[in-house]
Amino acid sequence: MNLWRKLACVALAVVVCTSLAANWLAPAGYEKQYREATDAPPSHVHWLGTDELGRDRFARVLYGTRISLLLAPAAALLSTLMAAFIGGLAGYLGGIWARLAMGVTDLFLSLPWLFLLITARAFMPLNVAPLISVMVTFLLLGLLGWSTAARVLCATAASLRSADFVRQARAAGLSGTRLFLIHVMPNLKPVLYAQFWISIPVFILSEANLGILGLGVAEPMPSWGSLLRELEGLVSVREEPWKFVPLVLLVVVVMSFQLLLSRQEEVLA
Amino acid sequence: MLKSRIAGHALALIATVLLGGFLSATLVRLAPGFDADEQQLDPHLSAESVQALRAARQQDHNVWRFYFSYMNRAVHGDLGTSLALAQPVRTLLRDRAPLTLRLLAFGLGLAWVAAMSLALTAAWLRISTYDALTTMVSGTFLCIPAAVLALFSVLWNVPGSLAIALIVFPHIYRYARNLLAKSYSLPHIITARAKGLGEARILFWHVVPAVAPQLLALAGVSVSMAVGAAIPVEALCGLPGVGQLAWQAAMARDLPLLVNITILVTLVTLLANSGADVIALMVRGQKS
Repeated sequence: MNLWRKLACVALAVVVCTSLAANWLAPAGYEKQYREATDAPPSHVHWLGTDELGRDRFARVLYGTRISLLLAPAAALLSTLMAAFIGGLAGYLGGIWARLAMGVTDLFLSLPWLFLLITARAFMPLNVAPLISVMVTFLLLGLLGWSTAARVLCATAASLRSADFVRQARAAGLSGTRLFLIHVMPNLKPVLYAQFWISIPVFILSEANLGILGLGVAEPMPSWGSLLRELEGLVSVREEPWKFVPLVLLVVVVMSFQLLLSRQEEVLA
Repeated sequence: MLKSRIAGHALALIATVLLGGFLSATLVRLAPGFDADEQQLDPHLSAESVQALRAARQQDHNVWRFYFSYMNRAVHGDLGTSLALAQPVRTLLRDRAPLTLRLLAFGLGLAWVAAMSLALTAAWLRISTYDALTTMVSGTFLCIPAAVLALFSVLWNVPGSLAIALIVFPHIYRYARNLLAKSYSLPHIITARAKGLGEARILFWHVVPAVAPQLLALAGVSVSMAVGAAIPVEALCGLPGVGQLAWQAAMARDLPLLVNITILVTLVTLLANSGADVIALMVRGQKS
């Protein structure tokens, strides 16, 4: 492991551990309002100041990081499982099924990702409880983000279909379902693993984009997307640099993932 | 071969419109709040008028009927009326498309020039520090959400097309750099270099023909990326284009408008990808 990857590991571990310790580091919580100190600069009481509603920004950053970092992998897991089912099965079955599945996949891939997300999000009610909005946002990411992985998995499963060990198992009289679950799926594991890790930073960035556009996690629940909305009112970068903390954290986390994933991408290549 | 590929793409386009239209019509029909009409709450309306409004809505309850009436109207150029903006969708799209097309053209042009310049110089110079620096710069842009880049463009008062270029550029650079690096390490190009062939001649006679099909495919994909980038850029920079319209439609849950924009965007991206694929096939045909 080279130095950059080691640094990426350390950065990720620090961010994850700090966000998991949010309950101890910011016991007042993310929604408590300090009405006497709205839009306050950093102080010894509020390390990153307060937002325009008087909520402690440090607490919101910690809880927001926790939400984004816990739910992005959950969405990645869902999308990888969907890709394994759709792509893996289509590749294994081949013929019309593969063509049909890849036709739908191409349709998904031809639509710009952000466009697909905001369209799908608009079909759901926008005024929902904050917790439901978190679920809806990450569920949508998981349900719509399977297409790239499905294409890769379809190609891998198609190459396995004609492999000697699969032919031999088929000749020995193994049923199709058993063959797929016991022999084909385990061989898709490296690709599935790589796809899972690759999806995480993509989903973190997508949630941030949705949040800034006002279609992500609802107030008062914090997430990186909703925290970054504060940048909208900035007049200059130098004026309130502490407002950039969520962005810096997001860039560090995504960059760490990119550095660690360069090896996973080699697996896919 | 070429004709069958073009026919395949044309069929895919028609199937997409039909399937996309049906899916969209179904989603609109099943979306929460489809039956609700604010007009029904108007106290000035008589019971008969409210009943008439309900009867008009009742006709749309059958998904198939709703779909066929939608497609029939679309064929005749009537794309319906926006619920939020109370204007014909066709007029809205016609008014806003030129700005988006201009933004996309400038943004894509800038992104390609920047990405190819950096990728080519990295491949020519083969200096590891330069390569690491350009990769780091493009990698940093990859880690910043598109909407944040759009916000920065507002903050620093730079044109929206530059924001689109910065969003698309790292994706193009990453792929083009790998492609060119691989191409420059091919045995016949190393031999040509060893024999003292000029860099320009190597590039245009040996490298470009080898990478052209893949770059054309990337060109098709980059259109899709730029269309996606247009949403945050137009929405946050206050540019009245199709991207902003899509965002406004999403925020107001103006489903008829959103459905039409979705189909339009799908068609544009499919056309771009199909065009790139056909041109790549022609290039390959000429080579062989």
